This record gives sequence, structure tokens and C-alpha cells, in this order.
Amino acid sequence: MAKKRPAFYHFLGCVTPHRYPSVERATNLVFEDLDMDLLDMVGATCCPAPGVFGSFDRVTWASIAARNLTIAEQGGHPITTGCNGCFASLFDSNYELKHDEELRKAVNENLAEIGREFKGSIEVTHYVDALFDTAGLSKIRKHVTHPLKGVRMALHPGCHWLRPSAIKKKDNSERPHIFRELCETSGATYVPYKDELICCGAGGAVRTADLEVSLRFTKQKFESIIAAGGADMIVTPCPFCLLQLDLGQVEISKLFGVDFNFDILHVSELLALAFGHSPNEFGLATHLQYLQRKSQPNWGRLGIET
Amino acid sequence: MTTTEEKPAIDIDDVDLEFIEIIKKTGGPNIHNCYQCGTCSGSCPAGALTNFLVRNTIRKALLGLKEEVISSPDLWYCTTCYACTDRCPQDVKPTDVIKAIRNIAVAEGYMLGSHQKVAAKVVEAAHAVPLDKESWQNLRVKVGLEPVPPNASGNPWAVDEIRKITKKSGFEKLIGYREFVKAQKEKAKKKAEEKKAQKKE
Ligand code: SF4
Ligand code: SF4
Repeated sequence: MAKKRPAFYHFLGCVTPHRYPSVERATNLVFEDLDMDLLDMVGATCCPAPGVFGSFDRVTWASIAARNLTIAEQGGHPITTGCNGCFASLFDSNYELKHDEELRKAVNENLAEIGREFKGSIEVTHYVDALFDTAGLSKIRKHVTHPLKGVRMALHPGCHWLRPSAIKKKDNSERPHIFRELCETSGATYVPYKDELICCGAGGAVRTADLEVSLRFTKQKFESIIAAGGADMIVTPCPFCLLQLDLGQVEISKLFGVDFNFDILHVSELLALAFGHSPNEFGLATHLQYLQRKSQPNWGRLGIET
Repeated sequence: MTTTEEKPAIDIDDVDLEFIEIIKKTGGPNIHNCYQCGTCSGSCPAGALTNFLVRNTIRKALLGLKEEVISSPDLWYCTTCYACTDRCPQDVKPTDVIKAIRNIAVAEGYMLGSHQKVAAKVVEAAHAVPLDKESWQNLRVKVGLEPVPPNASGNPWAVDEIRKITKKSGFEKLIGYREFVKAQKEKAKKKAEEKKAQKKE
């Protein structure tokens, strides 16, 4: 009997579909190549942003998140999302609602207003989990037809895929290896740097509260990469980190008068390239730093012929 | 040298012990375990870049210095990266404590205007970063996608559902949504009138 294709409800969030659609397109290509189905979550909303909403009112945060979870519960498939923030809201609320009776009661009272109920019947995954656990590295390696040989790759794993590790239970948060191994299947060379595990600076409502402070985190990260000998690209599993690192370079130029020139790729985009999709097929050049600077990705450095 | 005259001692009569109990409700039960080792502050990227001190915040909270803690603008520099939470040897979960304190701050009226704006966007469009311009739709088409994704952007009923939730939970009131929308409208009206007047000149 043929093995059933794995299927996930695809939670898009806000930043990917509304600002970095190339990530959505690349994800569709990569999951299709790996024989995994992505199902639409019709009427899904903001996750809602964990640092922002979680900081304002926990019950409202959990209620809006739970409403998103109920969309997947109705169809009975796990959720997958390519955003650390969405993952934090959906995974953490799913966890908290399963373990905190009082919260669950308050949330279900809110959901009753719209005829929904949180049941706690599905799991929430990140693309990294779907790729690493469900597809598996050996299958992914079989699809790598265009390895990014000699391309120096710094990683920005971000925070919420991994932490808090007591409930995420995925990887060692001091010495993580899963995201690195996944990205290394692309054939690019991993470049370690001191501040790899610090936050990009955007989270926790800080980007909204004080753009300049949030960019100080980002700048520190870039400087740490340069101190490690530099990199040809930075890869992240989160579109909000992507926005902060990508558009952030334009903002850092304006606010601090310092210029950086890194191409920032979402892990889906990295794999799409390694699987032989042309950057135009998913629109790599539509990242906001290129649109704002009227520039192009550093094709030569990425080993892409144009 | 710093003297006690320069740095007034904490007024211990002004403590609010109920504060800690509210923090414990959503921020976890372990705040009393904190033995001030400083591992959290040592792990904190925000602490290295701003005046925000997580250990200090926890100590002040334990002392019941509610007003001082919730009114501090530094409270909003934590990026919720959870580095402290993963390292705290006493399982205090400082990140959750910070979030619980922020919830109290917002309930007591300490909310930044920029944060109110994002909160209002979710109530209004069901997305913190909405598909609010045609150019964003064009970008989607350019990369080979449908102009509007299957989320709430193309499904007004989903926005209605969010409105119902935020009304029921008291969130609309908490963030002053009505007043905010009214002020936005007035601002837009004023702007349009100014433009008109400029044209006349
Ligand atoms: S790491 Fe934990 S125990 Fe140490 S000061 Fe911070 S909260 Fe307190
Ligand atoms: S979660 Fe907040 S307090 Fe803790 S280390 Fe990160 S920025 Fe600092």
C-alpha cells in the first residue's frame, strides 16, 4: 500500500503572506517536492503576535490563538508554520490551554460567542519540524540538485522555535544542531559566530516600541558575523526575523549611518534554491531591502548564474 | 562616593503585596524562588543594550514596588527571547514574569501609543501586519501567488469573529479602541481639510 502523504494545515500569519510572499511561494515548492500537502486555513487571522498580544492581555491572546487552532481541529490535521512568532503563539497557547484549566475555561467562554470550542486535539509544528522530522534529512538530500557549494552561511535560528526549551522540548537551546543540520543539506558552509543565538531585536513588541533599540540587537548580530570572518548570506526560519535582518539593513543605514550588505534567506528559500528552483520562480528579488534600495541579491556570492 | 542622601532608600511602607499574587497567577508560581544570582541579567541581550534589568525588575516586584515596576518604560525592552528562562537555576521563568507585569501595566493604563496602534489593527483587520495596499497584492502576484491569501484578508467574516472575541474579552475597552478609531477619523478629517486649505492658497 502506498504510504499516505503527510498533510499539514498551513498557517501563514501576517508577515509572510503580506510582506514576504516569496517565502510562501518557496514553501509551496519545497513541500510539493517533498510530497507533503499544505492545506489552506480559510479565515485564519494574526496568530496573534505573542510578544505584543501576550504582553497586553494573556486571555485575549490565547483566545485569538485558540480560534486559529479550532480551524485545524475541525479538519484533524496538524498545523505547520514558518514563523517563529506564529509558532510561539500557536504552540504555547495549545500547550497552556491543555495544562491550565482556568485559562481554558476563560478562552472557551470567549470562543462560545462565535460558536467555537478549543478541544486540544491537534499538534502545532514549525516548518523546521515538518522538514526535519516528517520529511527527514535523507529525503531532503536526495532533492538537492544544486548544492550551494562554497557559499558561506551564517544562521539566525531565532528564539521561539527553540525556547522556552522546557515546553518546546526540541533541541539543546545552548548548542542547537537541528536547524544547522537542516540548512547544511543545501551544501552551503556553516559559519559559526558568537551572537548566533541572540534575538534579532524585533520580538516582544520592541520593534514597535522603539525601532532604534531593536536595530541595536540586529547591528550587534551583523558585527558579530563580520568578526567571525563574514558570510555570504544569513538563513533564518522566521519571516519576522527576516524582516528585521533584511529591511533592518536599510533602517540601520538611515539611523546609524552604517552599511551592511547581507542577503537574508528564509530556510524555505534556501531549500528551494538547493532543489534547483530558480530564484525568479519564487521571487527572491522581492525582499524589501532590494525593493527599497533598488538593488538585487548578490547573485555571484550566492553562486547563482544570471 | 554614593551616599544614602543621594539615593533615597526604598519606602517600605509603600508596598503592594497583592501585586505579587497577581503576577503569580499568569507569570508562574516560582517568583519567590529568586535568589538574585543574576544569571537572567547576564543572559539578557536587552540588558546589554538598554537600561532594562530583569533581575532588578524581579527584586522590585518581590518588594511590592508596583508603581515603580509597571510605570518603567524599560519594561518594554524585553524581547521575550526566553534566554533567561532557559538558564534561571530557580525556575522563576523571568520572561513569563515580565509578561505578567506588562499585562498589569496595560490594565493600569500604561500602554505605549505605538502598541495601541498595533492592537487596534488586529481588532480592525484581524492582522497586525495587514494586506493594506494594492502594492502588497501585486507583490504576491509577482511571485506567482493569488493576490489575496486564504486568511482573514479576504474573509470579512473572520474579522467579525475577532471583533466578537475582543469585545467579549474586554480587549476593545482595554486598549480604548473606540476612542482610538474616533481620534484616527478626526485626524484624517483634519488632514483632508488642511490639504483643501493649502490648495485654495
Ligand atoms: S536567574 Fe533566576 S534566580 Fe537568578 S536572579 Fe534571575 S530570576 Fe532570580
Ligand atoms: S526574555 Fe527578556 S528578560 Fe529574558 S533574556 Fe530575553 S530580553 Fe532579557
